[in-house]
Amino acid sequence: MPSLENITNTIHTWLNNHVSSTLATLIEMLIVALLAMGLFAILGLILVLMERKVSAYMQIRLGPNRVGFKGSLQTLADTLKLVLKEGLTPNGADKLLFNLAHYVVMCAAMLILAPLAFAKGFQIWDINIGVLYISAISSIGVIGILMAGWASNNKYSLLGAMRSGAQIVSYELSAGLSVLCIVILTGSLRISDIVNAQQNGWFIFKGHIPAIIAFVIFIIAVTAETNRAPFDLAEAESELTAGFHTEYSGMKFALFFLAEYVNIFVVCAIGATLFFGGWMPLHIGNWQGFNHAMDFVPSSIWFTIKVFGLIFLIMWFRWTFPRLRVDQLLNLEWKYLLPLSLVNLLVMTVVAIMGWHF
Amino acid sequence: MFLKNYISEVAGAVKSLLKGMKLTGYYFTHRKEIITQHYPEIKPQLPERFRGEVVMLHDENNEHACTGCTACELACPNGTIKIITKFDITPEGKKKKAIDTFVYHLELCTMCNLCVDACPTGAITMAQNFEHSVFNRNDLTKKLNKPGSKVRAGVE
Repeated sequence: MPSLENITNTIHTWLNNHVSSTLATLIEMLIVALLAMGLFAILGLILVLMERKVSAYMQIRLGPNRVGFKGSLQTLADTLKLVLKEGLTPNGADKLLFNLAHYVVMCAAMLILAPLAFAKGFQIWDINIGVLYISAISSIGVIGILMAGWASNNKYSLLGAMRSGAQIVSYELSAGLSVLCIVILTGSLRISDIVNAQQNGWFIFKGHIPAIIAFVIFIIAVTAETNRAPFDLAEAESELTAGFHTEYSGMKFALFFLAEYVNIFVVCAIGATLFFGGWMPLHIGNWQGFNHAMDFVPSSIWFTIKVFGLIFLIMWFRWTFPRLRVDQLLNLEWKYLLPLSLVNLLVMTVVAIMGWHF
Repeated sequence: MFLKNYISEVAGAVKSLLKGMKLTGYYFTHRKEIITQHYPEIKPQLPERFRGEVVMLHDENNEHACTGCTACELACPNGTIKIITKFDITPEGKKKKAIDTFVYHLELCTMCNLCVDACPTGAITMAQNFEHSVFNRNDLTKKLNKPGSKVRAGVE
């Protein structure tokens, strides 16, 4: 069966046999860039449609159902509309920063793709500090948001951007601490090591209760980091019109919109890698027969199922919970999540030292 | 004591959040709960007392019950109705006031039902048609009495 690992290896050897190794690396970089951009475009189309359908069904509505089969081409039509619109820059805005902000947000989202393992042996860059890299890059996105809010010269945008800054600085902590719980179990920051350590069971099962608590904290923190409801104070359409992207229109707005959905995908992919074994099929201990049966499903399918399951969970949050006030938001982080995750980290360390996990 | 309060607070919050998620999850998995109507394909079931427009009732002989008393015109709060009267010659050679044109400005109507209440003979009523879109706003000014219609005998 042609797996993604075989395809990449074939391309790699073919290129190295036919052209010099420098040129081969350059061509591979180009292919990777094209694949990443293609993934972004497809993710944007699929996730926006998924969000609209999920929200509709949760609110007893039908959702988009006119364009294409059951509304499947709705996002394509919306994209076409956004492409045709004028990308306006307001007179009072800081022209350079205003036109740079959405690219910064997009680039930050794109950079996190590098260490993600999409399937067995299908990874852009297996860096040895993968988890650290992810948590470092994920806080760059907020610079783009602050830039957009400041450069718009609009009080709503500025308020939204400042809220976003406060929010991401706070929630980085508990996200980082819950990621550390898994790093303690693995003893490595490398993504491939983390996935391979889940050979005989995913960490959410292997790590007992501390791993489950870490997962809950992680999912809350990343919901806040991606600025999604119930933590969407940065855009809060009922208070701040659209927050930091109030002044953006056309494709500039579309890039912010796309970055939001790509960020969701990325954080869900990280969550799936850390807690649900990434591309690793469902293995239970030493049950050879069961494990072999699970291996028949390709690793890329396992990864997709897990990531979309987590994305659905985050969408479920969005369409169920009411938005928090900004003081409640900071209370939740500093009074509840941070102490909880610190205690949880301690418990996880004890579990790891005593060898209670399997 | 503080710790106990803290933990029970967290547990209560989690419980209430899960309760909300259970309801939205139920709606997500049960499509029969969807209340959206496929409007242009399937016409909506309107209530009997839905007010869409004012119509004048005509029977099979093309006769209506409007005597041209202008009670509806006087009752209308925003000048939606204009009644133009004429004088018919009765067989006895007398002049009798009768309706010539019942002008109804749909674009001004608020569907308040006061004209229907004011009518002493029950000549007009509210209909259920709500699809009033037109390309020219002059089309919204309607003549409610059909051409060639006359007042039903015995209605005073």
